[in-house]
Amino acid sequence: MNRASLLEKMPVAITAVVLITMTVAAGLHFPNFLTLRVLTNLLADNAFLGVVAVGLTFVILTGGIDLSVGSMVGLSSIAVAKLMAGGHMHPLLAMAVPIVGGAVLGASQGFLIAKYKLPPFLVTLAGLFLCRGIALKISLESLQIDHPFFNVLTGWSFALPGKAALTAPAVSLIVVVAFGIWLARQTAYGRAVYAIGGNQPSARLMGLPVDRTLIVTYGISGLCAALGGVLFAVYTSSGNAISGTGLELDAIAAVVIGGTLLSGGYGSVVGTLLGIGILGVVQTAITFQGTLSSWWTKIVIGILLLVFMLIQRTIESVARRAQNA
Amino acid sequence: MTSILELKGIGKRFPGVVALDGVDFDLRAGEVHALMGENGAGKSTLIKTMTGVYEPTAGHILVEGNPISFRSPDEAVRHGVSTVYQEVNLVPNLSVMENILLGREPKGPFGIKWRGVKERAEKAVRRLGLDVDVRTPLGSLSIAVQQLVAIARALDVSARVLVLDEPTSSLDAGEVEALFEVVRRLRDEGMGIIFVSHFLDQVYAISDRITVLRNGQKVGTWMAKDLLKIELVSQMIGRDASALVRTESIAQAASSGEAIISAKSVGRRGSVSDVSFEIKPGETLGFAGLLGSGRTEVLRLIYGIDHSDSGTLIFDGKSVSKVRPRDSIHRGIGFLSEDRKAEGIFPELSIRENMLILYQVKQGWFRRIPLLKQKQLAKDLAEKLKVQPPDVERSIQQLSGGNQQKALLARWLAVEPRLLLLDEPTRGIDVGAKFEIMSLVESLRQSGSSFVFVSSELSEVVKTCTQVVVMRDRKAVGTLVGADITEESIVEAIAS
Amino acid sequence: MPNWTAAAAMLVAVLFFNLLFTPSFFHVAIRDGRLFGSLIDILNRAVPVGLLSLGMTLVIATGGVDLSVGAVMAISGTVAAGLIARPPETPFAGGKSVPALAIPAALLAAMGCGLFNGILVAILDFQPIIATLLLMVAGRGVAQLLANGQIVTFSEPSFAAIARGATAMLPNPVWLLAITFVLFSLATRATALGLFVEATGSNPSAANLVGINARAVKIAVYTLCALCGGLAGIVITGDIQAADANNSGLYMELDAILAVSVGGTALAGGRFSLVGSIVGALLMQALTTTILTRGVSPEITLVLKAAVVVTVCLLQAPAFRDSISRYLPKKVPA
Repeated sequence: MNRASLLEKMPVAITAVVLITMTVAAGLHFPNFLTLRVLTNLLADNAFLGVVAVGLTFVILTGGIDLSVGSMVGLSSIAVAKLMAGGHMHPLLAMAVPIVGGAVLGASQGFLIAKYKLPPFLVTLAGLFLCRGIALKISLESLQIDHPFFNVLTGWSFALPGKAALTAPAVSLIVVVAFGIWLARQTAYGRAVYAIGGNQPSARLMGLPVDRTLIVTYGISGLCAALGGVLFAVYTSSGNAISGTGLELDAIAAVVIGGTLLSGGYGSVVGTLLGIGILGVVQTAITFQGTLSSWWTKIVIGILLLVFMLIQRTIESVARRAQNA
Repeated sequence: MTSILELKGIGKRFPGVVALDGVDFDLRAGEVHALMGENGAGKSTLIKTMTGVYEPTAGHILVEGNPISFRSPDEAVRHGVSTVYQEVNLVPNLSVMENILLGREPKGPFGIKWRGVKERAEKAVRRLGLDVDVRTPLGSLSIAVQQLVAIARALDVSARVLVLDEPTSSLDAGEVEALFEVVRRLRDEGMGIIFVSHFLDQVYAISDRITVLRNGQKVGTWMAKDLLKIELVSQMIGRDASALVRTESIAQAASSGEAIISAKSVGRRGSVSDVSFEIKPGETLGFAGLLGSGRTEVLRLIYGIDHSDSGTLIFDGKSVSKVRPRDSIHRGIGFLSEDRKAEGIFPELSIRENMLILYQVKQGWFRRIPLLKQKQLAKDLAEKLKVQPPDVERSIQQLSGGNQQKALLARWLAVEPRLLLLDEPTRGIDVGAKFEIMSLVESLRQSGSSFVFVSSELSEVVKTCTQVVVMRDRKAVGTLVGADITEESIVEAIAS
Repeated sequence: MPNWTAAAAMLVAVLFFNLLFTPSFFHVAIRDGRLFGSLIDILNRAVPVGLLSLGMTLVIATGGVDLSVGAVMAISGTVAAGLIARPPETPFAGGKSVPALAIPAALLAAMGCGLFNGILVAILDFQPIIATLLLMVAGRGVAQLLANGQIVTFSEPSFAAIARGATAMLPNPVWLLAITFVLFSLATRATALGLFVEATGSNPSAANLVGINARAVKIAVYTLCALCGGLAGIVITGDIQAADANNSGLYMELDAILAVSVGGTALAGGRFSLVGSIVGALLMQALTTTILTRGVSPEITLVLKAAVVVTVCLLQAPAFRDSISRYLPKKVPA
């Protein structure tokens, strides 16, 4: 295989193989694992993380990073609850406000990164502080949401055979992933994202709108994170300022495990979905097992992340050797 | 024939530097026009002004007779001026077709129409006679093919002027011929092509006219068939009127003793091949050749930044391999990079720290040189090398280029290397500093130190070297010793 | 030299503000043979971030960053508490309580983490953010594993004294910070280590050409940084006489990065100033304490920190300086 297609296809292929192996292994071990119901639950439980990770995929494809997504989830979830409880705002509007706000905040981070060449990790670190601060300022307590329309949304699901059902967050995840795939593959914006990640100075010399693309990318990441917060509110029927703490790390892990190179340029939204799948299967398997404690999830994710980083490094050096030969 | 691109009295100054001074240039439809000049002659600045990267500070640009000012590369492209750079400025992770059409893909109701992209890209590569699956990722293709893809991209916007900025630097002979095939075809279609290269044979193989720049000024424009190769080289290099004659002591320097280092047909794939030499105490070995002839690459092999994959390097009678810079330093070999900024100075550190860091490295991290001793050493070095201003506590960034170079030289003199590799030590510095550095090298040589000296200025090579290896196209093509070393003999060896 | 005068001036301004509006701020009382008051409180509370910022300064000076120190704090605290309390259902269960071993074991565990980071960055050549992110995620999991998910509480006066006791009128943590600061200053400035760190961060290619062993330098600074995390973890654990693997040191790596950058060490690497970082840590704590004593809700400190990060970054960014320089009066070259 030649260099670029090695970098493009190998990581995703490995992720897919790992996901299938893990699922089959879990299925053999736990009799009820391989059911549609477990799959739909997995989608519902990881919907907000998945949506966040899709947005983050675009950022990492440009070679950047967004650490603010976790607190953005917290801010958006508490904002939804507060707007509905205190402001008597209609749920639709109460959900739209944080989403728009998230996009604007994300785009402002992108502006600082693109225009002033500030390091992405520091700018989004500031974003992390800012969002968490505002979220805690809105309410230190978790706020229950009780609104007829919202309850319908929370309770709604699309019934499937075998007692399985797609909840609203699960459907949202599917829609977002589909939209993300289209955006990455079919639009000039999406191709510019890949070009910037491949070689930013070249992209500029080729006349691509590099600054605009970066601003939009961080805007999309902010938007997805805020949407993730809204889904979290729907999922739990409440808003909580400290929700999403450390979520940025899970999201980064999902993107990297999904085969997107941290140096940018190679990767896909589909891969991120597979990455979320792996995290979800680990989580579900640990729950099924029953005796393993929750922190094993963190350790396993850490080990998986390390293994995939090492795999990426190996593929990169093999590709470089193939290039030189 | 009509001019499609005309530059009149172009000047470009940067703070403190005049890069271009009243340069006229014209390009006709259906010709290949070579732009020649040594490093710092202003070639790349001129290219950048005509492709919209820089705005000139004087003069104007006419495209087909109409005055136009480009504010960005994009605008130049829209006026039909496209550029293909030495390093392929495409993205390796995307396919050939995407690289050709990135930013101007045909679109349908569902976004990019990939079938349309493929068809248009295929047409573009076919026009160049290139046989490649346009869906292949660019990064998996050879540099030569990538170069052609870059040209295909440039042509997709109906370019009338194509600027090829050192496109052949990383191509082998067959690939160059394939590229020239394409260039000739485009010329015959009526396109104007500007060709920048350091390879004389290539320039003669493809060009109709040649323009030479030197020190930011135009020396002249000739028909290629009317200009002898040897004349071209002397036009590019110029004759330094202030050049001193080669001193007797250099001409008669007799080498004695065991060789410090010797190379037997040393080479590295994709870099240089078949280089042999021997350096004894009290010798200065020069590498002469045009830019890109492989001079720097040889120094990097000796010092251990790159590793050779053929031939043998013998140090003090023992064959060595896989040397690292650290090992070289402990063997008493030093290296002064041609790129002061990227590989020389530590911009945040003081002149004193920049001068003494090597000495400190040799001492080890634990045995720090006491501050008072540091100050004394730095002061002595600054005096010896006439660093101006002599306040060694200042940041090195406050020094002029020449004084920075002296400080870097001081860094090496502080550890008294047996052999010091100097890569373009006199580039970009004023005449006074040049003279001081060369005198210093000569006096140290007389007291038994050895040097390798690389310079684009032949007069300097002739003045300082006891033997000269002539490089061409990344190969050593001859060795001159003693009285045979003259500017004429070197030029002849380069051009032959 | 790195410019920490701005941070120092801001610190003075914050103190001056308190002098005007919070008269009790400068009251220092002596009770039970030790000093009490807001100023002492600032010093004492700044210790964990101050400790972290010392190690972080060196890491940042090499052009890197260490996001894992918060998790390292949790690990070191848990190891120390585990060896003292011997909680059941943990790897520490069953043995005798060994307070004397708690500190060396905790520091050793921390340095192991640092070595891991150093190898990932220096040998495997991973980007520092990502390499240390790994331990930031998994490290907390390891700490929880060691504590079996419990908050390990203990009652061991000799260990608690590290954080709660006082010597010569001043709280012990302040002395710990002072001693660590002196040791770090000696280690970097009395040897050539500091120069090599600065050279590595200033120009990695040139550092390679002058023969500096950048790998060794990097492994050393990441190990030292984790050692600081270990010390900070011990202080926090001693203070509350418990190790909380979930929350110990949470977000503190970010505070430390902030203190370092406010203290004038450029985030791109190069020159560093340990004094500046300490001033930065004190400034952050003085702001927090002021906000608390003024009765403003503490969440605002997070917003304030965000503002400080962005401002400091912008002021360090050449692109931003260029864009505002046209609005500023031209400096006449000397």
